[in-house]
This record gives sequence, C-alpha cells and structure tokens, in this order.
Amino acid sequence: MEHTENHEKHHITPLSVYIKVAGALFLLTFLTIGIHSIRAYLAGTAPFFAFGIAAIKAYLVMAYFMHLKYEVVMNRVIFGLGFIFLALLFAITYLDIWSRVALTSPL
Amino acid sequence: MSTSRVIDGVNVQTHYRDVEHQLSAAKQGIWLFMVTEILMFGGLFVGYALYHMRYPEMFAEGARFLDWRLGFINTLVLIFSSFTVVVGIYYCQANQMKKAAAALGVTILCGAIFMVIKYFEYTHKFHMGIYPGNMLDLAKLNHHLAEAGEPLIKSTNLGLYFGFYYCMSGLHGIHVILGMSLLGWCMFRALRGDFNANYYTAVDGVGIFWHIVDLVWIFLFPLLYLVG
Repeated sequence: MEHTENHEKHHITPLSVYIKVAGALFLLTFLTIGIHSIRAYLAGTAPFFAFGIAAIKAYLVMAYFMHLKYEVVMNRVIFGLGFIFLALLFAITYLDIWSRVALTSPL
Repeated sequence: MSTSRVIDGVNVQTHYRDVEHQLSAAKQGIWLFMVTEILMFGGLFVGYALYHMRYPEMFAEGARFLDWRLGFINTLVLIFSSFTVVVGIYYCQANQMKKAAAALGVTILCGAIFMVIKYFEYTHKFHMGIYPGNMLDLAKLNHHLAEAGEPLIKSTNLGLYFGFYYCMSGLHGIHVILGMSLLGWCMFRALRGDFNANYYTAVDGVGIFWHIVDLVWIFLFPLLYLVG
C-alpha cells in the first residue's frame, strides 16, 4: 500500500525513455543545422523552421526531462502562466511600437 | 529541540502533514521560481525581437560575428548535460547514490565545457573590439576587418546588437555557473548520504533549474547563431 503511494507521487521514468528523448533532441539539433544549410532555398521561412524545431525540443525537455507530463495540474498551470504573461508582454509592447506615428529623428 | 520528525526515512518539518505535503510545497516553490526565470529571459527575448524588427540590417551585420559551429557544439553539450541530470534523478529514485553523484559530476563537466567554449567566443570578440553598447570600438573592428579583407561595418549602432548578445548569453552563462555550483552541492550531499529513494528534493529542484538553462539555450541558439 505504502509502496504504490510512493510510486504515484514520485513517477519513475525508465532510463529507456530518457535515452529516446535525448536521441530525439540530438536529431532535432542536427535537423536545425541541416535546414540552416539550405536556408537560401527557403526564402524568408527559415526562421519559422528554426523556431518550430526549437519549440518541439522545448516541449520534449519540459514534458520528459522536467517531468511536467507527470506533474500536478497546479504546477503545470503555474509554469504555463509564465509563457502566457510573456506573450502578453510581447503583444502589448509590439502594439505600442506598431501604433506609433513615424517621426524622422534629426540625430 | 527538534523541529522535524522522520517519516519513511525523510526529515519532515513540523509545519508539514507528511512527506507528500512537504514535497509538493517544495515543488510548487521551484515552479514559481521557474516562472520568474521565464519572465526574466523573456523580457530580453521580447526586446531583441522588437529591435530586430527596427534595425534588421544592423542585426544581420552583428550576427556575422557569431560562429554557428560553436553554438552547435554548445547545444549538443547542454542537451547531453540535461540527459545526465535526469539519469542522476533516476539513480536517486533507485537508491544508487554513487551512480547518481557520478551522473551529476558528468553534468558539471558538461557545464564547464560549455563555459570554456563561451570563454573563447567572448575573448575573440574582445580582441576584435566588440563590446556591448557604447563600449564597442567600431574603428578597431573595421581595422581588423580591413586587414582580413572582409566587408566593413556600416551600422553605427552595432553596439546595440552586442548589448543584447552579451546580456542574453552572459545572463545565461551566469545561470550555467550557478547551476554547476548547485549541482556540486547536490553531488556532495548525495555522497554524504543525505538522500534516499524517498527524499532527493534538492536534486529534483536543481535538475529543473538546469533544464531551464537548457530550455533558454534551445531558443538562444537559433535566435543568435542561425536567424541573426
């Protein structure tokens, strides 16, 4: 009884999962470089590929290495709020700059 | 006078009901701290993005001086170090503290390799006169470029780009050094016998901190070295 409870609060991820995740992260890093080497053919879309792959890598790190997949909902919400407020910071600052009237500085 | 009691081989402070209560409080604290980390680095990312939109040519000129191969090696080193941290946590859960300490030791070594590569990147830039903000020596930099037969820098505000570069990679570097110290502390405690399969909260927390260092680098690498 005690043992099953311990296993629930400390989710033990088997080593094989960690190895697979690390392998995927290495592959994605090589893929990033591969796409970087053909960026001339991708026109303006290269940054989207670079940051798209970075987002997948970030998901793998957060879900498996940081154990967020097995974390209680409260902590997942707390961490997620960080990103939501970051998006808010970007949106409001961008709106401010985008809505300014263009002036030419004499400097 | 005792302020804690031992339950299942874990020192539980009097203000906690049980082991689980104490662990969940510690975990929540770590996650709140991680939010502040996201917001601190996030502010720099937002600043970078907005100034990049304003001066795209200047940012492109600055990105020329970053060697993606060094950033690439550092990315692989950090990913491997993140892997060794979770291996350390796995061995804590399996109650094999010597193996856990060894895994944490490898992680510290990876952090050191990362910092050595950073040191070479920084000193090379200093040598060329590349400093943040107003300290950037454009005449010296252009002199170096002219000698190497490379196109000269046209932007007069190149220091802004390197202000972002040094702040972002420097703040990240400080986190790597802090993380290495914290991992050393965990390693010491693991070898001293402070931890067992029911109690390794410090390793868990420091591990999450180390992963956030990796997480920031996952975005910094394409931002600085690839997209420019």
